[in-house]
Amino acid sequence: MAGHSNYVPQSAAAKWLESRLPVISLVRGSFVDFPTPKNLNYWWTFGGILFFVLIAQIITGIVLVMHYTPNTLLAFDSVEHIMRDVNFGWMLRYLHSNGASMFFIAVYIHIFRGLYYGSYKAPREISWILGVIIFLIMMGTAFMGYVLPWGQMSFWGATVITNLFSAIPLVGEAIKTWLWGGFAVDNPTLNRFFSLHYLLPFMIFGVVLLHVWAFHTTGNNNPSGVQPKTKQDTVPFHPYYTIKDLFAIIVFMIFFAWFAFYLPNYMGHPDNYIEANPLVTPAHIVPEWYFLPFYAILRAVPDKLGGVLAMFGAIAILFVLPWLDTSKVRSGKYRPLFKQFFWIFALNAVALGYLGAMPAEGWYVTFSRIFTVYYFAHFLVILPLLGFLEKPRPLPASISEAVLKGGSGKPVAAAAAPETK
Amino acid sequence: MAHTDQAEPTRRDFLYIATGAAGAVGAAALAWPFIDQMNPDASALALASIEVDVSAVEEGQSITVKWRGKPVFIRNRTEAEVDEAKVVPISDLPDKLARNANLPATAEATDPNRGVEGKENWLVQVGICTHLGCVPLGDAGDFGGWFCPCHGSHYDTAGRIRKGPAPENLLIPPLEFVSDSTIKIG
Repeated sequence: MAGHSNYVPQSAAAKWLESRLPVISLVRGSFVDFPTPKNLNYWWTFGGILFFVLIAQIITGIVLVMHYTPNTLLAFDSVEHIMRDVNFGWMLRYLHSNGASMFFIAVYIHIFRGLYYGSYKAPREISWILGVIIFLIMMGTAFMGYVLPWGQMSFWGATVITNLFSAIPLVGEAIKTWLWGGFAVDNPTLNRFFSLHYLLPFMIFGVVLLHVWAFHTTGNNNPSGVQPKTKQDTVPFHPYYTIKDLFAIIVFMIFFAWFAFYLPNYMGHPDNYIEANPLVTPAHIVPEWYFLPFYAILRAVPDKLGGVLAMFGAIAILFVLPWLDTSKVRSGKYRPLFKQFFWIFALNAVALGYLGAMPAEGWYVTFSRIFTVYYFAHFLVILPLLGFLEKPRPLPASISEAVLKGGSGKPVAAAAAPETK
Repeated sequence: MAHTDQAEPTRRDFLYIATGAAGAVGAAALAWPFIDQMNPDASALALASIEVDVSAVEEGQSITVKWRGKPVFIRNRTEAEVDEAKVVPISDLPDKLARNANLPATAEATDPNRGVEGKENWLVQVGICTHLGCVPLGDAGDFGGWFCPCHGSHYDTAGRIRKGPAPENLLIPPLEFVSDSTIKIG
């Protein structure tokens, strides 16, 4: 990281600081002079967008806590107090609640970008695994945050999700009671979720730094999937990608603001504006949209423990993805068969999301099962076999060649010496 | 191990291992209070039992009371409901155990084992679906008992699971009639 900068401190103050803590060269090496493949497209801007959303969530969250009360008797009213009395409270809360959805929209695009361009393959396995860890912590943070307003969906979402742990043989009930701090979801549960909801974003921030450190050590992947070979293949991060990322962040902000200001409750549930009532379950409880595909997998299995294992397995399988994909070619651009299966997988994931929102009966259950099987088959059967069955297109000799000669993945005459790596 | 070029363990090796072991035991002992503080506290455990006056509950009516933060259904069942539950053979039940805290754990899920002893029209059960913890709706479902709207579990007039993903019958809490019209739960 710091090694990528040839920064030499000029002023006396900079020299004094550099010799004690080389922070200027660290930042310059990581985010100014860092050599970045010159062909990154707009799908690569979602990393920067995610960093922006994380910071936005932390800032809006910290100020919301100045007005929120984590107690079952006061929580619901304190959220209404934020909405009605606190100066700009409505805006801060809508930015924070919609910010969670924006975080997941951006992270799903970021994950699918990694899947398409093979960003999980050697030598970037650690970057990918750290990314999956960030995704898991995000899910925990979002779940606990949704409990805090103490509405009906908060309460019953917390009840159903914590009950998943009771499926564990022998110790399940004890774990559930330990998570609750009582015999039902109640004040101790709300208090600990609040504590952890405040903690986890800072843990995400820490893992994000490791994530960046890892792919700055290996260098970024890029749409051609070919490693940079000469200086002609890269450009310095600043100004080329600072400006490109900034432009993308501003476009994303417009999308974000459209929801926060014009459709602030579109992605929420009306039932959460009813205060939590431990004696009445709402007629139709569903999780937030970003959990729906996993919820569909949970319900597809007709056994309690089996459903829980399948749901967690659907995320856990991502950890071993770098070793399941046997193809040596990174980018999907040069893999004609993989490309088709990638889009089938993406559609399959969206279909699972739709089924997760539907009641668990009739044809919905049948299709949930088919799509759940396909989800796992994609990772366990299709990706391992494709590496052997598929004949990839010839790779460009370098990033520059991919950029200058069309780069659309079409064979580039004789110059395209197929890479064997 | 005829040939070895490893040196004999020294006193320093012993000290390293002893220090590490003492540290691990100390860390584990210190971790326990930080884990155990999340378990139910004294005030949650103190809410162990409640007494409910059921004199106003007529035949065919139900009330819901709160015990340990959970809903408890108290139903004064009609004769038809009791008869309906009695004729169901045990072999038709997905969960063949009574799940009655007042009986041995191996008791069968017959209707007398589900109702209150000597007062078979009374059915008292924790109103928490045994699937994922929602509160089932009364007078609903395919078996005239309870129906859980979350994932579609059907319970019969004795609170036994008949259809759907729930693994167990509704739980019957420890209870007794302390007078003709008062039930003590817990």
